[in-house]
Amino acid sequence: MSVDVNMSVTGNSPEALNVQQKLSSALGLLGIFIMTLSGFNIQFQPKIVWVSLSLIMVFAGIFWYSKVSYGHKTEGIKNDRIYFKSLTNRGFWAYILGLALTGFYIVLYFYPSWIGLISDGENTGVIALFDPLSKAISGNAASQWFVYGTLYTLAIVGFGVKFLWKYRHNRYQRLRTFSVMFFQLGFAFLIPELMSRLNGDNFSLPYYNFVNIWPLNYYNFEQYRVDQFINSGTVGIGLLIFGVLSILIITPILTYKYGKRWYCSWVCGCGGLAETAGDSFRHLSDKSQSSWKLERWLVHTVVVFVVIMTTAVVYSYLNTDKYWLSGSAFLISVASLLTIVFTWTMVYKREELQNDAKYAAIGFFVVILSLLGLHFSGLIDKVFLFEAETLRATYGFAIGAIFSGVVGVGFYPIFGNRVWCRFGCPMAAILGFQQRLFSKFRITTNGGQCISCGNCTTYCEMGIDVRAYAQKGENIVRSSCVGCGICASVCPRGVLKLENDTPAGRINSQEVLLGNDVDLMDLVNQNK
Amino acid sequence: MKQEHIVIIGNGISGVTLARHIRKLSDKRITLISSESEHFFSRTALMYVYMGHMKWNHLKPYEDKFWVKNRLELKQAHVQHVDTQQKQLTFESGEVFSYDKLVIACGSKYNKFGWPGQDAKGVIGLVNKQDLEELEELAPNNKVCKRAVIVGGGLIGVELAEMLSTRNIPVTFLVREKHFWNNVLPAEEAQLIDRHIREHHIDLRLETNLEEIITDENGKVKSVKIKETGEVLDCDLVGLTPGVSPNISFLKSSTIDLNRGVLINRSLETSETDVYAIGDCAEQREPIGNRPPIEAVWYTGRMMGETLAQTLCGNPMEYKPGHWFNSAKFFDIEYQTYGWVFPKPKEGQTDFYWEHEDGKKCIHIQYEKESRIFKGINTFGIRLRHEVFDRWLTEKVTVDEVIKNLKSANFDPEFFKSYEKEIQNKFQYTLKTT
Repeated sequence: MSVDVNMSVTGNSPEALNVQQKLSSALGLLGIFIMTLSGFNIQFQPKIVWVSLSLIMVFAGIFWYSKVSYGHKTEGIKNDRIYFKSLTNRGFWAYILGLALTGFYIVLYFYPSWIGLISDGENTGVIALFDPLSKAISGNAASQWFVYGTLYTLAIVGFGVKFLWKYRHNRYQRLRTFSVMFFQLGFAFLIPELMSRLNGDNFSLPYYNFVNIWPLNYYNFEQYRVDQFINSGTVGIGLLIFGVLSILIITPILTYKYGKRWYCSWVCGCGGLAETAGDSFRHLSDKSQSSWKLERWLVHTVVVFVVIMTTAVVYSYLNTDKYWLSGSAFLISVASLLTIVFTWTMVYKREELQNDAKYAAIGFFVVILSLLGLHFSGLIDKVFLFEAETLRATYGFAIGAIFSGVVGVGFYPIFGNRVWCRFGCPMAAILGFQQRLFSKFRITTNGGQCISCGNCTTYCEMGIDVRAYAQKGENIVRSSCVGCGICASVCPRGVLKLENDTPAGRINSQEVLLGNDVDLMDLVNQNK
Repeated sequence: MKQEHIVIIGNGISGVTLARHIRKLSDKRITLISSESEHFFSRTALMYVYMGHMKWNHLKPYEDKFWVKNRLELKQAHVQHVDTQQKQLTFESGEVFSYDKLVIACGSKYNKFGWPGQDAKGVIGLVNKQDLEELEELAPNNKVCKRAVIVGGGLIGVELAEMLSTRNIPVTFLVREKHFWNNVLPAEEAQLIDRHIREHHIDLRLETNLEEIITDENGKVKSVKIKETGEVLDCDLVGLTPGVSPNISFLKSSTIDLNRGVLINRSLETSETDVYAIGDCAEQREPIGNRPPIEAVWYTGRMMGETLAQTLCGNPMEYKPGHWFNSAKFFDIEYQTYGWVFPKPKEGQTDFYWEHEDGKKCIHIQYEKESRIFKGINTFGIRLRHEVFDRWLTEKVTVDEVIKNLKSANFDPEFFKSYEKEIQNKFQYTLKTT
């Protein structure tokens, strides 16, 4: 690599970590180490003491580290030396962490027995260590998902504290971080665990995190869950209806008013982890035009996949005629809804779509319609490439486990903290589609103040080239923007502001910027 | 007809903006010549590379393939002589290069005021890529560079102080004025910045001048001597940041009229036919409004590029910058200005100043006493909307309207505490008591 590319890596900065930072890191790692040891069947007794101790050590380690890193400094942007550190500049430690995280996810998803999951008996290992905690909360023994949920929540709350310290001068960042910490701890972790206490013989709700919405929660409408909802009376039916309304009514309204940020960087658990534990890696996202292109193709392919998969799965059990809605009626409603959205977009928003987005939209529509055609011509069972169950299993493996977990989080230190959200999340794609075409949200550029420094682009976790817009005086209206507001925070000249305002004039592409002769501005901007 | 060849000396913001706009409007052949860097980069962000916020590649606003795609030819060469009769350039390598129209956009170099030792090893400025590379070599950490002295209290000086402090290098900052940047800022906000610089453990010495730079037997900086006290300060690095001036020594052998910069008229034409100059190497024969004849500001370079592209593509246009505005950041404190605020109000004008109790936010407005017309505002720690102030300046609104509608000009992020009420109260109180 030439000096040109890598200039700052040669930066021979003062020692990366001071003594207290080293000690606090060691404390946190010791907590992890205790958990790891228990995986090798070292019997820690009493378990409740050791599990609490290890969790507290991790939290205390992060807390202490944050305090010594930011506590004594003046309020402001704290990005000094990020590109000199091995961990945050794809160095040796970044790869070690990447391997550790990837390995953890592979064990979690595919080899839970390695960490002690015994499905028909007493757990052992790490999972057994968490048994007392799980029993205290939900009354049940722990599973690998309980261990994962606990650690995930610990990461968001712990690194959330770090983020709060780092951005203590910025109220938008603080509120947003409190919000993700709250939704993770309450909605994603405690409430579903406590709800399972209510379950009995004739009342058994599925594990339900209210803010984990289909299609992110791709399994929400699978038969076993729908059956559980229906069999749990009014409450269950209510939750089922809530699940449908979430994607069809609630999210479009909120996205219209606030942009997709209300979900992606205020509520969502994946976003929550990315914004807190992943904050140190946000600058690693790829900003090139080619990765933007890859993003558009990939994320929309996942949407098509999840729509077809869910439609097929739901259709397959509705078709048994055991439910009030028949398979055919369901298919017709899906087709009608998609046709309405497609027609509306093509009639009113055709101008605003990029070329390949247009192709993708048309492709999407064709696929769905041909599936329906096949069904009504009676050919579906023969021609449908996969059975519904195969589709579901493939999606669960490729997207649910590999993409969102192993790659999405495992590769934080290599590709940045939003790989899943940017390239894979179908929820983000749907909200992004709404945000791009039907929302009041935009990032406003402040006239001619931009100096093209590139802080905004560098620190955009979604890989948006924010500077490209700002230096033209243009507002940023991009489907992938999660509204984290970091671009506006790191801007040294006060150029960017996240806003919800009237949709008119939201996209204001300009050739000549404010500050230049008014006649020239008018001339150039009108003659485009 | 032969395709017209436009040659631009310099690939900074002025030259690149010009090239981009010519390409949008025409199919002319365009060549950008630079000896500094292969591709355009943001000079304003040099500091962030040293501080470890960014890598060199992040400084480039366009991907490398952009230039090929838009048929903008890049030539790495250093121009030594311009022959406006033959319409030819001579490069340092001896190569001769022809043009049809020439645009000089070669930018600035940092000032030296004849101090003894100013050319020693260890003396640097912070203007170009080579300065950054040299700084990295001279001051990689506080073991190699045990103390740095910065001379000149302007925007680059404070940036350099911030940069060095991120590597824990002790900095002594010599400022000629009574307060930091007091030749531009009124005393109130200059003092606010004084305090903030000191809060960052910078040894700020006000009303202090450099006498000489003392070198060791190898010709390397050893210490500096202070004029007022005769004190000798040991240091390994001297940063010279007392402003910049046009980098035009290579034009001395040409017939182009020069003063401090390349002299131009309002159409950005030099004294020679088919030769133009834009950006901070250019000097207006007649200053425009309150603007100095040479403006070393990012956006004026950009605007000159936008304007000249029109002229060169058959739509003759004068350079008419709108209302003055600017911005900067001093460590953690952001600064924006719209319209004119002078260190002391001009004849017939008066001012209004509000400072937050934390001593890190303030606004300073100047307006005409009689008509109460608003003339300009400085704002620290509060972001304001360019568009709104530009409109208010055009419409010549009164200070009372500005204060009353201040909220509509706020550009701080959502949920930020707002100070309009407090400002309005203070303004009302001031009106009553004066």
